[in-house]
Amino acid sequence: MARYIFQRLGQTLLVLLIVSFLTYLLVDFLPGDPIAAMTGGEISGETYERLYYEMNMDKPVLVRYLLWLKDAVTGNLGMSASYHRKVADIIGERVPVTIYLSLLAFIISVPLGILFGIISAVKRGSASDTAVTLTANICCCLPQFWLGILFMYVFAMKLGWLPSSGFVWPHEDFVMSLRQTIMPVLCLAIGGIASITRQTRSSMLEVIRQDYIRTARSKGLKSKKVIYVHALKNALLPVITLMGLRLGGLVGGSVFVENVFVIPGMGSLLVNAITSVDIPLIQGCVLLIAVFSCVINLITDIVYVYVDPRIKMA
Amino acid sequence: MADRHLLEIKDLVTTFRSDGKEFNAIEGVNLHVDRGEIVGIVGESGSGKSVTMLSSLQLIASPGRVAGGEVYLEGINENLLSFDSDSEQMRQVRGGRISMIFQEPMTSLNPVLTVGYQIQENILLHKDVTPEEAKKRTIEAMKMVNIPDAETRFDYYPQQFSGGMRQRIMIAMAMAPGPDILIADEATTALDVTTQAQLLEMIRDIAKKTNTAVIMVTHNLGLVARYAERIYVMYGGHIMEASGCKEIFHNTKHPYTRALLRAIPRLDDPKDRILIPIDGLPPVPSQRPPYCPFYARCEYRCDACKENTDYSLREVGPDHWSSCILTQAQLDEKAEELSHKDYGASPERRQNSEYCLKVRNVRKYFPVYKGMLRKKVGEVKAIEDINFDLRQGETLGVVGESGCGKTTLARCIMRMYEPDEGEIIFGGRDIAHFKDKELKPVRPKVSMIFQDPFSSLDPRQSAGSIVGESLLIHHLTEGGSDYERRVDELFRKVGMDPAMKDRVAHEFSGGQRQRIGIARALSSNPDLIICDEPISALDVSIQAQIINLLEDIQAELGISYIFIAHDLAVVKHISDRILVMYLGRVMEIAPCDELYEHPLHPYTQALLSAIPVADPVVEEQREAVPIQGEVPSILKRPSGCPFHNRCPRATDRCRQETPQLRDIAGNHQVACHLV
Repeated sequence: MARYIFQRLGQTLLVLLIVSFLTYLLVDFLPGDPIAAMTGGEISGETYERLYYEMNMDKPVLVRYLLWLKDAVTGNLGMSASYHRKVADIIGERVPVTIYLSLLAFIISVPLGILFGIISAVKRGSASDTAVTLTANICCCLPQFWLGILFMYVFAMKLGWLPSSGFVWPHEDFVMSLRQTIMPVLCLAIGGIASITRQTRSSMLEVIRQDYIRTARSKGLKSKKVIYVHALKNALLPVITLMGLRLGGLVGGSVFVENVFVIPGMGSLLVNAITSVDIPLIQGCVLLIAVFSCVINLITDIVYVYVDPRIKMA
Repeated sequence: MADRHLLEIKDLVTTFRSDGKEFNAIEGVNLHVDRGEIVGIVGESGSGKSVTMLSSLQLIASPGRVAGGEVYLEGINENLLSFDSDSEQMRQVRGGRISMIFQEPMTSLNPVLTVGYQIQENILLHKDVTPEEAKKRTIEAMKMVNIPDAETRFDYYPQQFSGGMRQRIMIAMAMAPGPDILIADEATTALDVTTQAQLLEMIRDIAKKTNTAVIMVTHNLGLVARYAERIYVMYGGHIMEASGCKEIFHNTKHPYTRALLRAIPRLDDPKDRILIPIDGLPPVPSQRPPYCPFYARCEYRCDACKENTDYSLREVGPDHWSSCILTQAQLDEKAEELSHKDYGASPERRQNSEYCLKVRNVRKYFPVYKGMLRKKVGEVKAIEDINFDLRQGETLGVVGESGCGKTTLARCIMRMYEPDEGEIIFGGRDIAHFKDKELKPVRPKVSMIFQDPFSSLDPRQSAGSIVGESLLIHHLTEGGSDYERRVDELFRKVGMDPAMKDRVAHEFSGGQRQRIGIARALSSNPDLIICDEPISALDVSIQAQIINLLEDIQAELGISYIFIAHDLAVVKHISDRILVMYLGRVMEIAPCDELYEHPLHPYTQALLSAIPVADPVVEEQREAVPIQGEVPSILKRPSGCPFHNRCPRATDRCRQETPQLRDIAGNHQVACHLV
């Protein structure tokens, strides 16, 4: 068990190393001069010279990378060219907002998705199954920004129930915070609910056909118990994978929603960084998203071991 | 049926829906079970035996539906079918009073719950006990089915057990709440024969001790002959015949049962017995006629049969029921007539003194790799020291339980594997280490018939091109019309209409597919055909057709067969000599009758004893040779004689020194220190 986790940890670190290297290479991939790009352009020749050595441009790329990595590990991701502040500080402000919204959306989508999935699998072929499946299929393909604009149009502009944009923390102004987060969280959650519903339904249908479910029924267990004890634990295995993927993707995936609702999170930060070609900021954001995804994957794998005893033995 | 029985099923009808049409899977099944008796329900696949059992417990899954009938259980005055499937009453019956074990031990237990939990759950459901008490009883139940270290194994998951052990756990689970009836639905079909015998003995002992009734649902007539006291024979969703065990086998009434008994090979058959196959195929439930479902295949049929639509059971003797409308006199008359019918003599074998194949000291190990760097950590000793000869036109049966290396041996001879060591002399040359190019002329001379006729044929290729493919590969035709002519000829040779050659595999029945498989094997004019369990996936009534076909072909073409199977009765019927394997080594080689009458190796004796004969009288007289334990994994082959840890006569020498194959008498070779 410990060995397994240790192995997975090693693999995760390897992946992170590769991602960080590719991220660093961004500077060299960009057209034009990297120093100009890093600083935003307009600098004098002297400053250019100074920066040239400061940024270790005279050294080979691998050495530059290792130096950058050393800084990055200690939390020094450099200066943002557009914000003129430390990248680590900017990200530190933005990340909690995104994680807050993402987690809310995640917490909403998991139980609802599983519940809808079970309902439609157990009542396969019924009207409720058709309704759930159809809705889930439609919701799966709705783009978030379109959904965001639609919500905004209906609830903020036409009905005027909710504010159209902005973000405050609940400890600052609870009611306002609640009103502001409803729409973005819903936008983020709907896709998750739909895909978890679909996955739960199909794996549940698969599991219900298995011999051990027949065995469980032949013992005289209540249908509910057969479903929730014997079937669900098996059916959730692929759902856990999906949940991990979604959670890993939520931080990077909130780009559209944060832009539509003008929320100061990672998503909007990344967009700003890209539009203003702010290399250190892009590097910081990408690196953070990668770390986040990898950690979630690692957690998923560990959870898997607890849910599926077969992995422990393999 | 005056007094009440423990379980009584009356006029049970279950329908299935497919393609928008409803059809009856079983139509009006009547049966009863008394306390403490062992009842056998035999029938081929699709006869409705499992459906009957599942329906009576309301366990039929959609698209099936119980459409009518009544089920009564002693102590409950209402029809069980009148309760809702998920009702309290029904759930108390299910598992509590009638419990069930299923065919597939590998998939019938929940992989994410511990076995202890799964057994304990059943006790808690039906007995008013504390969880501690339930755990105690669980461990007792596990001990009852001889699971070693029950206390530790309580927290194990199903996949930590072997197939036989899992089935023991299923039995423990089913028996733990103390049911009145245990339904064993093909419970041992997927297991090795020695394990099968152990488990059934155990079920019988437990049932007799606790006065539990057992319903054995199976397709194997031998098993019911050995264990059942009363038998129901099912066919096409109906019970055809019902009576005591001896009555069924020795005073057989129904033409179907008679036909079945004539079609199956038995371990105690004389060598020249011919199997009389049942022509045709079992009816598809959706196209079942309103008259007797066996009519189309029945040799006793008359016009009256077709007009009669009431073929419910009628009493034809003391406690003997049959659904056939013919009177005893009519049956006797017809039987007399049939006894003069010429089924053709058993085809004469043209054995030749020339050797087709000589196998010398063949060894094949497979490396085991582990870890990220795929380091070799050991090897699976699949087969070693294999020695045997095969004459032209001879059939060598190869028997053994799972993991004994039968298939590895076949693949080495086919040269799909290159043996690590040894010689394979085929056609006068040692092909054991031939390169691909050198093998090319040898390939058409050895072909193979596979076990599963469903997955061994390409689903997208037409039957004609499957059969003709090797003609093209080996340039055996002049092309064009000659190719067509050869394919047609091959179809006719295996008893199929060449007009069907444009169809694809799924349009054929199992028996027809296996015929295509045989035609494919024959297409390259081989000298040797390796038949790897060619009939074990087929229904009993179809098996005889295929066995006879193989025999006819051999007599006509003088081909040699290596016939691999785990069913000793079939092997004995078709083979001239038999080779017994155990964990990769040859235990004994002997001519058929010699092996059956004087088995020398303790393993052969146990194996033979484990196989039931479809005759209760013979069964009573047979001496049981007990065998302990299960076939160990090939990775853990014991040192010395691989059988020593299960052998009742093992000595220290057996544990240390591996016995070599020695000539005993004439043609008889055995690898045992004690002979």
